[in-house]
Amino acid sequence: MRHSFHVRVGPVSFRIGSAWPEPIRQLRALYRDYPQDVGVPDFTVRLAPSRPWRRWVRPSVMIEGDYVIPDAAPLPVAHGLLAAEMGMNLQMAMGQRRFLLLHAAAVARDDRAIVMTGESGAGKSTLAALLQARGWRLMADEFVLLEPSSGLIHPFPRPVSLKNGAIDVAAAAFPDAHWGPLMRDTPKGAIRHLVPMPDGLAAGEQPARPVLLLFPRFGLAAEQRPVGAGEAFVRLTQASTNYVILGERGFAALTGLVRGVTRAAIDYPDVETAATMIEALW
Amino acid sequence: MSATRYRAPPAADVVLADLDELVAVFHRASGITHLVAPPVPDLLAAMAARWLTLDDLEREFELVDGDRDGLAAMLDEMAIAGLIERA
Amino acid sequence: MTPARTLAALLVDPAGAQALNDADWTGVLAVARAEQLIGTLAARLDGLDVPTRVRAVLADASATALEGRRQALWEAEMARRALRDADAPVILLKGTAFAAAGLDAGQGRSIGDLDILVPHASLAAVEEALLAHGWMWVKPDPYDDAYYRQWMHELPPLIHPERDRMIDVHHTILPPTARITPDAAKLIARAVPLANGLAMLSPPDMVVHAAIHLFGDGDLSGGLRNLWDIDRLLREFSENDGDFWIALSAAAVEHEAAAVVARAVRLSHDLFATPVPDAWAKLSTVDHWYRRRLLARDGWGRATRPATRLAFYVRSHWLRMPPAMLARHLWIKWRKTAGDREPPPPPAERR
Repeated sequence: MRHSFHVRVGPVSFRIGSAWPEPIRQLRALYRDYPQDVGVPDFTVRLAPSRPWRRWVRPSVMIEGDYVIPDAAPLPVAHGLLAAEMGMNLQMAMGQRRFLLLHAAAVARDDRAIVMTGESGAGKSTLAALLQARGWRLMADEFVLLEPSSGLIHPFPRPVSLKNGAIDVAAAAFPDAHWGPLMRDTPKGAIRHLVPMPDGLAAGEQPARPVLLLFPRFGLAAEQRPVGAGEAFVRLTQASTNYVILGERGFAALTGLVRGVTRAAIDYPDVETAATMIEALW
Repeated sequence: MSATRYRAPPAADVVLADLDELVAVFHRASGITHLVAPPVPDLLAAMAARWLTLDDLEREFELVDGDRDGLAAMLDEMAIAGLIERA
Repeated sequence: MTPARTLAALLVDPAGAQALNDADWTGVLAVARAEQLIGTLAARLDGLDVPTRVRAVLADASATALEGRRQALWEAEMARRALRDADAPVILLKGTAFAAAGLDAGQGRSIGDLDILVPHASLAAVEEALLAHGWMWVKPDPYDDAYYRQWMHELPPLIHPERDRMIDVHHTILPPTARITPDAAKLIARAVPLANGLAMLSPPDMVVHAAIHLFGDGDLSGGLRNLWDIDRLLREFSENDGDFWIALSAAAVEHEAAAVVARAVRLSHDLFATPVPDAWAKLSTVDHWYRRRLLARDGWGRATRPATRLAFYVRSHWLRMPPAMLARHLWIKWRKTAGDREPPPPPAERR
């Protein structure tokens, strides 16, 4: 393709091709501190015009690649960076086979990790991002990678996709952070990508052992309850895009995870409270 | 017509993991995970690679109070899920 | 060499892997994924010395193919259990048959829906048994249903919602409206039993079906994989049976498929160096057109030559349906699509 960019995030390498220069320029800027990797990629993403003439006329970006969703709606070129990020997510969700992929966030201290999962909107991305100011390194905000053979979590420190109000909150917490451009009026409102703090990026290939599995819910009075292994297992199979296709490796990895960690559901009104609860559970 | 018989996969074809109140059963032939509660794991062990009738199972489990219908319903459910075979 | 050609060459001769650099590999893997040949490539390159990154991608593909195979065979087993009382022979078709029979063509192959062939007279019993065992209709649309039942060679597709798998129940291998009419009774009479209580087509019939499937279905997309199937089947069957080519000729004529079988054999010989008798080997002018179409992928996995694609799409629809019927079918589809896309009128107007 006319314009392209290679990058490695944790153990996964991507090749992104684009019919337009702008998304690639934005990717280069956003990922400037990541390993720029030109070896054989794990996944290819393509940003292509929906029709040949749509490269110039009301240009709109189709998200394509090794794995595609047939009916994905195109995005305007102004949101090309978002399209690239969605394309990378799509490849992971549909094509990842080396790791059990959990739709979750993870933070770590040294080599011990906390996995946080819950429905979209439960605030796990924001919580994970803000915990960086409290002595945690960010391992993942969207996809947690569990290695079946070792039971370890591998970092996948993509830029955190923050939405609407969370953008200002994080900007106040991290005045020196490296950000992507602010994209207004996306299908999910305003979106801006926050690059993880340098410690998270520096430890981008350092796995950690999961010790705590958390089901956080934001916006409620502080409360905590233990979660049974069976319930945790069911909720994590639902949060995994590749549990079934991994077969017995997935079964062993996931039963091993839920049996080997402390499991808790927490409701929290603010990050301060959540951080305190986590320190106590930890 | 002869009595309905049931058969579970050989023991080596299922992997069990205790998850507190439940047991996760990975069925190797299908790649499907079943979440079950007692007495299903015991039933699977008793019927592993053996064709058994309801009578056989009642004897094996010494079901004196005779919850035969409950047992039959459970076996049918397991057969629909593909965890055991029914003939 | 284009990445698609490199892929074809690599499938034939895995030793060529030594000569590839990172850029070559990147293109080959992208094309192999797009053509659903990545699992096959992994099986072919198994045990060879390839770069670490490539090995990791191929290992993923092997694991995926293995799980896919397990699920496909299990779906066949579930169909066997469901149809035990329907009292009809159940013949596995395509990928599931290759896997169940342990054929080379099944090595690493991705397998989609379960396709089975049953006698026309048993359709009602089979339909009833599947519905009783948890399968459901995919399309509750009465137009589609009537269309399938009147014009197609299969029941409307059924899905097992709990396992999320589709089954296509065929009573022959081409729609009755197609210009060629395979002999379904012979397909069934000659079927070969498999160890699991199911059956597969006889070797010559399997090749005829693969050839019909390659040219008669869809717009030749996925054609490279379908042609690879044919290469593997031809190699394995002709090695096992000295009279295979004679039997294939006869079967092709019986099913009115001599032309498509001959073309499939020529293309397989050309692209995958399949050993074939001299009389089967020489490529025609039109064959070159097909070959270009089969290799129409670039190093990003993109479909190239859109003009050729459209021509093939129109052509393949015409092959399956007489033109007037096609016009009616497309008209109904267009009208429905247009209707779906219209925004609903505001509430005020509705009143």
